[in-house]
Amino acid sequence: MSKILIRGAQVLGGEAQDVLIDGETIAEVGAGLSAEGVDTVIEAAGQVLLPGLVDLHTHLREPGREDSETVLTGTRAAASGGYTAVFAMANTFPVADTAGVVEQVWRLGKESGYCDVQPIGAVTVGLEGKQLSELGAMHESAARVTVFSDDGKCVDDAVIMRRALEYVKAFGGVVAQHAQEPRLTEGAQMNEGTVSAELGLGGWPAVAEESIIARDVLLAEHVGSRVHICHLSTAGSVEIVRWAKSRGIDVTAEVTPHHLLLTDELVRSYNPVYKVNPPLRTERDVMALREALADGTIDIVATDHAPHPHEDKDCEWAAAAMGMVGLETALSVVQQTMVETGMLDWAGVAERMSFAPARIGGLSHQHGRPVSAGEPANLTLVDTSYRGLVDPAHFASRSRNTPYEGRELPGRVTHTFLRGRATVVDGKLA
Amino acid sequence: MKRHLISAADLTRDDAVLILDTAEEMARVADRPIKKLPTLRGRTICNLFFEDSTRTRISFEAAEKRLSADVINFAAKGSSVSKGESLKDTAQTLEAMGVDAVVIRHHASGAPYRLANSGWIDAPVINAGDGTHQHPTQALLDAFTMRRRLVGRDAGLGKGLDGRRITIVGDVLHSRVARSNVDLLHTLGAEVTLVAPPTLVPVGVENWPCEVSYSLDEVLPKSDAVMMLRVQRERMNAAFFPTEREYSRRYGLDGARMARMPEHAIVMHPGPMVRGMEITAEVADSDRCTVVEQVANGVSIRMAVLYLLLGGSEPAVTTSTAARTEENK
Ligand SMILES: [Zn+2]
Repeated sequence: MSKILIRGAQVLGGEAQDVLIDGETIAEVGAGLSAEGVDTVIEAAGQVLLPGLVDLHTHLREPGREDSETVLTGTRAAASGGYTAVFAMANTFPVADTAGVVEQVWRLGKESGYCDVQPIGAVTVGLEGKQLSELGAMHESAARVTVFSDDGKCVDDAVIMRRALEYVKAFGGVVAQHAQEPRLTEGAQMNEGTVSAELGLGGWPAVAEESIIARDVLLAEHVGSRVHICHLSTAGSVEIVRWAKSRGIDVTAEVTPHHLLLTDELVRSYNPVYKVNPPLRTERDVMALREALADGTIDIVATDHAPHPHEDKDCEWAAAAMGMVGLETALSVVQQTMVETGMLDWAGVAERMSFAPARIGGLSHQHGRPVSAGEPANLTLVDTSYRGLVDPAHFASRSRNTPYEGRELPGRVTHTFLRGRATVVDGKLA
Repeated sequence: MKRHLISAADLTRDDAVLILDTAEEMARVADRPIKKLPTLRGRTICNLFFEDSTRTRISFEAAEKRLSADVINFAAKGSSVSKGESLKDTAQTLEAMGVDAVVIRHHASGAPYRLANSGWIDAPVINAGDGTHQHPTQALLDAFTMRRRLVGRDAGLGKGLDGRRITIVGDVLHSRVARSNVDLLHTLGAEVTLVAPPTLVPVGVENWPCEVSYSLDEVLPKSDAVMMLRVQRERMNAAFFPTEREYSRRYGLDGARMARMPEHAIVMHPGPMVRGMEITAEVADSDRCTVVEQVANGVSIRMAVLYLLLGGSEPAVTTSTAARTEENK
């Protein structure tokens, strides 16, 4: 077992401390720790040490779309971005709606070695919204599934949604809803508003998201269950979640990095890198999302990492696939939009990108743990003073559909540790 | 002028007036016994149609041939090109064949913009209609028709449509013609009013340079031109309006309504006209209706656009504007 000493890093952005990793765990945290018997010393003065990041919303594409991403390439991308655990969405081919498929994904995650992979199970068979999947069997499988989602699609049938919320109470599960009223978004290609009117692209109205969230928080209240809302994108959604929390409803919510930074004005380029679901909204929405993330109305940042091969994006807007990769740029976008604007400190970032997602997903025994002696050594070291242009050629993800190519973003993950093993060293995959 | 013609919004007033004036020159060619100019001899133009439109395609083809260009017609229909990749592949094939300009019609909004701006091809791109986005040559031919009728064939030279009141009626939401016309007519100084049921007015229209009214009867008496848009019957099934009859009653143009328009006012339609729901036969066949002229003017406008994008900015025909102004004195 190797011993690693991280020297002088600001733990959670606070005091500079030394952290000694011994094997899989943190052995000691303090000032001026001795380097005796240590195999590797990392001089980390000025860098910020965070608990390993946890992404509650990742598309790894395996099985079925290995040309976009595999569990191996996706977890390498995750490690590069500072993540030590990711939740893999269920919209694979076949859909992860049985114990067999979730166990396959879970096992591939184990073998990858870069990042823990926690499969998400589909709420309904084939994501068709008609019949509940074997939620219990997925929970009892080796993968121990606790998060269920038809993401990519909305569970729009109110009865099915009600039953799912009720059913998973038996084993402490949670339903993560992709809130999109399907009839209101038929033919939708971007945010409905000024820009869509001008560009002649089908509009995705904010109310299509808000109406489902409103319904679901009321359903969760009615059946006394908890619900998680994926990728909030509008100011109105924030208001509904805020109201639901004030009423005591057990709801949690996530926002993606791109919804914290980008607006629908970018779609004027007709460049499909900006085509995503839910769509990029307005400046007003972006500001409301930042505030909600800062004040805790939105609990976590989740990437919605959605890899697509080049040819699915190098075409006209209407034909292009929806989604963007995000694992490798998430922390930088959060630094720029939340930390550098003074809305969050690094402890706040750790809460929203590690502690809370681990809690919501039921992974808190392993991930999202405090940086202290005796805890699993899942850690991320960030050089926050770094400035550089995003170059997707260096991405570990198999797909390069990033909206940030050529954009300057701050911060760089220099080291990631998964249970004491370095998965990233000096910014490169180990 | 820009290198491509993608959107009517890209045209400055000077660009637009130059195109209209050049089209007047081109229109004279149609009056000659040999309807051909040598201007684009040796140049190859591809009409790349991903969406059926015989009318628009023939109009472009006539314009290209009158300018002596070599014409390639590429009609990509159906499922074989439903994958986005094919636009890029097709573009690169055309590039390799040394095409000098591409006229593109596409069911997807933004496809011509992508074609012009993604480095797939070098040649100028002319948008012949994309999704529900733009149809700039249609707007130009409409403006040309209005200028001729409302200002005068020769009196209009060098001029816009300042102070003219234009009303566009019908399915604005799905209409690239409406979008293009609002942009261009505003640039040319006209005052535009859109008339439609609220369900067929796009969210965000408040930022467009035009007025919006839900009442046709209120707007008709102060309109110099009324442009009726095609309303597709499918829209009824999607609950954009209750019944065909109710639509006709509130937004259709019949003889009685036409009588409420000022004496000089004209009725326009981008075609193809389906007589009944939005326009009655009585109106369509009246001499105030400019549909046939619009078709003829379409060729002149497309000649002008091709000439200006490919030929240069000099006057198109050797009988210069100056010489002709002499004639008209
Ligand atoms: Zn989603």
